[in-house]
Amino acid sequence: MKNIKALLAVSAIALAAGAVTVSSLSAATAPKPKAQDWSFQGLFGTFDRASLQRGFQVYKNVCAGCHGLKHVAYRNLAALGYTEDQVKAFAAEVEVQDGPNDNGEMYARKGKPSDRFKSPFPNEQAARAANNGAYPPDLSVITKARLNGIDYMYALLTTYKEEPPKGMKMPEGMFYNEAFAGQQIAMVPPLAPDAVQYQDGTKATVPQMAKDVTTFLAWAAEPELEERKSMGRAVIIFLVVLTAFLYALKRKIWSDLH
Amino acid sequence: MTAPSEPTRAAPTEGSPGMIGKAKDWIDYRMPIFSFMEHELHEYPTPKNLNYWWNFGSLAGIILVIMIATGIVLAMNYTPHIDHAFNSVERIMRDVNYGWLIRYIHMNGASMFFLVVYIHIFRGLYFGSYKPPRELLWWLGIVILLLMMMTAFMGYVLPWGQMSFWGATVITNLFSAIPWVGDAIVTWLWGGFAVDNPTLQRFFSLHYLLPFVIVGVVVLHLWALHVHGSNNPLGIDRKSEKDSIPFHPYYTIKDLYGLGVFLIFYMAIVFFAPNALGEPDNYIPANPLVTPAHIVPEWYLLPFYAILRSITFDIWFIEAKLLGVIAMFASIFILFLLPWLDFSKVRSARFRPIYKQLFWVFLVDCILLGLVGAKAPNDKVFPGIDNFEYVQLGQITTAYYFFHFLILMPLLAKFEPTRPLPESISEPVLGNRAEAGE
Repeated sequence: MKNIKALLAVSAIALAAGAVTVSSLSAATAPKPKAQDWSFQGLFGTFDRASLQRGFQVYKNVCAGCHGLKHVAYRNLAALGYTEDQVKAFAAEVEVQDGPNDNGEMYARKGKPSDRFKSPFPNEQAARAANNGAYPPDLSVITKARLNGIDYMYALLTTYKEEPPKGMKMPEGMFYNEAFAGQQIAMVPPLAPDAVQYQDGTKATVPQMAKDVTTFLAWAAEPELEERKSMGRAVIIFLVVLTAFLYALKRKIWSDLH
Repeated sequence: MTAPSEPTRAAPTEGSPGMIGKAKDWIDYRMPIFSFMEHELHEYPTPKNLNYWWNFGSLAGIILVIMIATGIVLAMNYTPHIDHAFNSVERIMRDVNYGWLIRYIHMNGASMFFLVVYIHIFRGLYFGSYKPPRELLWWLGIVILLLMMMTAFMGYVLPWGQMSFWGATVITNLFSAIPWVGDAIVTWLWGGFAVDNPTLQRFFSLHYLLPFVIVGVVVLHLWALHVHGSNNPLGIDRKSEKDSIPFHPYYTIKDLYGLGVFLIFYMAIVFFAPNALGEPDNYIPANPLVTPAHIVPEWYLLPFYAILRSITFDIWFIEAKLLGVIAMFASIFILFLLPWLDFSKVRSARFRPIYKQLFWVFLVDCILLGLVGAKAPNDKVFPGIDNFEYVQLGQITTAYYFFHFLILMPLLAKFEPTRPLPESISEPVLGNRAEAGE
């Protein structure tokens, strides 16, 4: 009996393991990205503020030309460690349409902290028209919208290759990228050394920028992460203590049986 | 305490002391709600030997309450419109106070609900809880499972992500397999000629309604339970007072302790891995023009999805698609017949040496079906073995699923040599303890 159970368990696990290896080899899906170290991983993870600010700089100067961040508001940038005046200044860099006013007219005004990030294109069609038919997705929840999204973003930004492997023909306007499903991506390699000049003087290498912007996007997707984890720690500790008491009480109440 | 020895109306003159006692008596004489609670929660005689597998029924009830409570708050902030649904969910995650917490509790609560209910069902299978006189109790449980599946499916559509949209498309399209009227039914379900805004709105409406229907069936489930009381690990009836203990305080505290353990597990997922059980694709807004590479349901529906996709061949004039749909529904409806397919007089697998092993084989079969449901049909099961694909594994496991119920159960019921049953619940409990030197 015990043997049969063990045998079944082992065979099920072996089968599952085999299945996982096979699916990771199939061509249609993106390969599993290499795991990196992130400051916000684990039970005690928090976002590295300096990295967040650098990442925001990368997003603003490089990504924002094509990719929106429409679920994030400028006021949220306060969480990156910026002052109120800095947040107002960031918001004021864009011009948004508002209205109608008392005369029934729409008008343009400077962005306010309460505005959401302005998307670079008014709609998907305009985005495709400007990008050779490809659609640069909004990045608000991008790290949640891809399998192993955080490591995937980093891999995507750092595994462009000048030349595709022998025998692979790249269509016009496509680039070879090891992390992308099918290895052909329409996005022009976005990061080149010193593509941005970091305000804190950090050297802007491609891996550095990829790391920073990925941290920023992870924050954009999960701005509640730090609060979630700290509340989670308190909740789990509370539940463990409560459950220990309940167990003791259960033992006590049941002790008068038999 | 006012506990009357009979579950009938206590005469008001018996009298409880004090204002509150008097008020209680006054109400109880007119509507015996306190007597009812006393009888069904406090005195309610319960087998003394229930193990921790019996915790999962009350856990399921508690999760249902958590789901309804969080769901009502989510509905206050959600917008059921194809242009706003995805954005309103993101607004809940970012701008509503503790919206992320409420949504993650609700989203993962669905997985927890199914996990707990599946354990509850497999406990029933192992200990023969479906056998006389508990067939109706079992039936009501299956009805709850069906309602849960419908509710979960429609809830998954609401965020209007890619998997929401394509899941809704695939599942509603199943009904087009019905001969003659299939297409008309699908159009009727959609409220149009594609999964679109009317579909989303009706799914939202039904997703709000069905949990309350579940509550109603749960009440019936408990009613049926309380007529003959819980089954127990020995699967024999309670014979004397010695076999029973009152539900309160013994099982209230045991259930509370189990709840504590379960909440640690549930909250660890909510706070530290809230998206681990979900599909990343559902964070991509729905797009009717882009089909995801793999359309898969949530984990708790995967075994049924595998059965649906396993029928790849026509039989006579019946198309494969229709057969798949029939097989999928049959895999659940066959549970209704189980009390008669397994007519063995012995309930508990502890005294059924062969069934005890086949139970585990069946469990592994269900897990394999779940695995098959998650994979692309033409992926290879083992690297290097070219002609064994998931679709074939799915066909084998589907066949075994029905073989278990339709062939093995009746054969076992007829021919399995069962072990002798203990005299009473008290006897083996005391006996084992004596052996163990306690």
